[in-house]
Amino acid sequence: MNRIRNVSIVTIAGLMATVAVPAIAADTITVASWGGTYQEAQTKAFFDPAAAALGITIKQDTTNGLDDVRLQVTGNAVKWDITELGADECARGSKEGLFEKLDYGVIDKSGINPKLVHDDWVGISYTSVVLIYRTDVFGDKGPKTWADFWNVEKFPGRRALSSSQSTETLSVAALASGLPIDKVYPVDIDGALKSVDKIRGHVDAWWTSGAQAMQLVKDGEVDMASIWNGRAGTLKKEGAPVSFSFDQGVLTADCMVIPKGAKNKEAAMKALAMFVSPQLQANLPLYVDNGPVNEKAFETGKIPPERIKDINSAPENVKKQVLQDAEFWRDNLVEATEKFNNLIQQ
Amino acid sequence: MSAQSTLVNDTADATGRDLNARALRADARREELRLLALLSPSLLLVFAIIIVPVGWLFWLSLFDETGALSASNYARFFEQASYVRTFITTFKVAFIVTGACVLLGYPLAYMLSQLPRRAASICLIFVILPFWTSVLVRTYAWLVILQRKGLINSWLIDLGVISQPLPLANNLSGVVIGMTHILLPFLVLPLYASMKTIDTDCLRAGMNLGAGPVATFRQIFFPLSLPGLASGVVIVFVLCLGFFVTPALMGGGKVIMWAMRMEQTTSLYSNWGAGAALGVVLLAVTLALLGLFQWLLGARATGVWSSR
Repeated sequence: MNRIRNVSIVTIAGLMATVAVPAIAADTITVASWGGTYQEAQTKAFFDPAAAALGITIKQDTTNGLDDVRLQVTGNAVKWDITELGADECARGSKEGLFEKLDYGVIDKSGINPKLVHDDWVGISYTSVVLIYRTDVFGDKGPKTWADFWNVEKFPGRRALSSSQSTETLSVAALASGLPIDKVYPVDIDGALKSVDKIRGHVDAWWTSGAQAMQLVKDGEVDMASIWNGRAGTLKKEGAPVSFSFDQGVLTADCMVIPKGAKNKEAAMKALAMFVSPQLQANLPLYVDNGPVNEKAFETGKIPPERIKDINSAPENVKKQVLQDAEFWRDNLVEATEKFNNLIQQ
Repeated sequence: MSAQSTLVNDTADATGRDLNARALRADARREELRLLALLSPSLLLVFAIIIVPVGWLFWLSLFDETGALSASNYARFFEQASYVRTFITTFKVAFIVTGACVLLGYPLAYMLSQLPRRAASICLIFVILPFWTSVLVRTYAWLVILQRKGLINSWLIDLGVISQPLPLANNLSGVVIGMTHILLPFLVLPLYASMKTIDTDCLRAGMNLGAGPVATFRQIFFPLSLPGLASGVVIVFVLCLGFFVTPALMGGGKVIMWAMRMEQTTSLYSNWGAGAALGVVLLAVTLALLGLFQWLLGARATGVWSSR
């Protein structure tokens, strides 16, 4: 009898121990981002400082985007407490009801462009689509505007544009047709497609990933291309003969969300509030070319002045660029992409 | 008397035979059941990992993004011209690559089968070695070789053979070269295995009866190698239809194959059905084509096989 009681005490103690584990885990959140050097930079800029300040553990994972979030939420198997997405994905996922509401009592939204502050998603960083050309082909007289890129007589050479990022390519095409940067949105899709139609016969490669765009330019497979500024910056740092600027760039934002049913909503909210705070935002450009989403980051004094001019979201550079409208593409993405594919696959 | 006894014996024989046959039939049935029982774990596994997911795929493809029963996922193929184009491209690439694999693989397998054992195993290593290297690595290696400033173009320009670089990468030719290299072992290995089983006595007998080397090859060796060729062709063709990495990297976005389309469609529509429908269409068309293959090639090949 005594022995049996002893056994049951041990069992109960064991059960209690297993129950106690989640109580400790309450201070652990999982954040998913795109991996690679970008996520490494985020780790140093956002995750480590936030974990230290809040006294929590931040585990990391990588995501492929909205499909992953949809799979987790609809399958009731939410692994992440915070995940990064493209702004248009956030707008679409929001419409599908995949995210938790954000508490702007905890998250301070001042300094963030209101277009990137929503009930259930908030901007986190910026990438720009820029025009890059090889200086060993053009010297410093390469194509400077998208209209130049479209001008095959004046600038002969091989060209690459993105086919996977149809919305970015359509914004670029609208700029190429001569629209000033403040008239691009709302995008006249048929007009932009007409513009794509003019150049598609001269496009030697349609890229589908940032690495591919970089390789095409680096190996001289093409002489000019649309490319993400982070990739362009890396090429320049590696010493490739290239030139690019933020003139007529297309600014696209990334955002962060708390997937619906996240296990640790409260800790996630506090961590997210820290990620978008000017202090941590100012860390990001110290490690990577993706610009901070909070413009107050530039007032913290953390970013060296000579670095500021190279950051895509510095106030000076933002003026030269078009901001991708996430909500416009939420409503027009499918139609525009199908039309775009029909056109370029002729 | 003797006649009568024969008659009696005959009847007894007949009943005996009847009994015997019945016992044999029962035995055969028991044997069949036993075999089925032995097979049932694997049948169950096939059901669980093939029939159920494919059925589920088909089921998913019937719903639109609001969750309502609809044919919209299939209607898209007719509304958007690019789907039909992608479909045609996929089969075009599959046919070209399979053809290239046969043209390169058949002579190679033939040579391997005729070499002495030791030499053949050394040569086989060269066939299998690339097989162990990642597809991604091999595809990038081809990019380095084929692109505008790649090895082939710079050599040819340096040698003065050409003045303008040849368009070898980021188009159909790049995709075909890359895929042929990756898929060649899938043709060579089954073909080599079947060629090794061809009885050399048959060839000697043919020679003995006055057939020259060409006639021996054409009338004896080639027909006997057909089953191996058929299985190699089917494997290569089916693998081609689902290829993703190589066309995505080597096609320069101008050769869109079905698997790439599935990826695009799945992320474009907030609905698994959109991608599932593409899978169902590819599966149906592939099965139909395989049936045709079987009918055209398989029947002849198995005919030859059984006549041996």
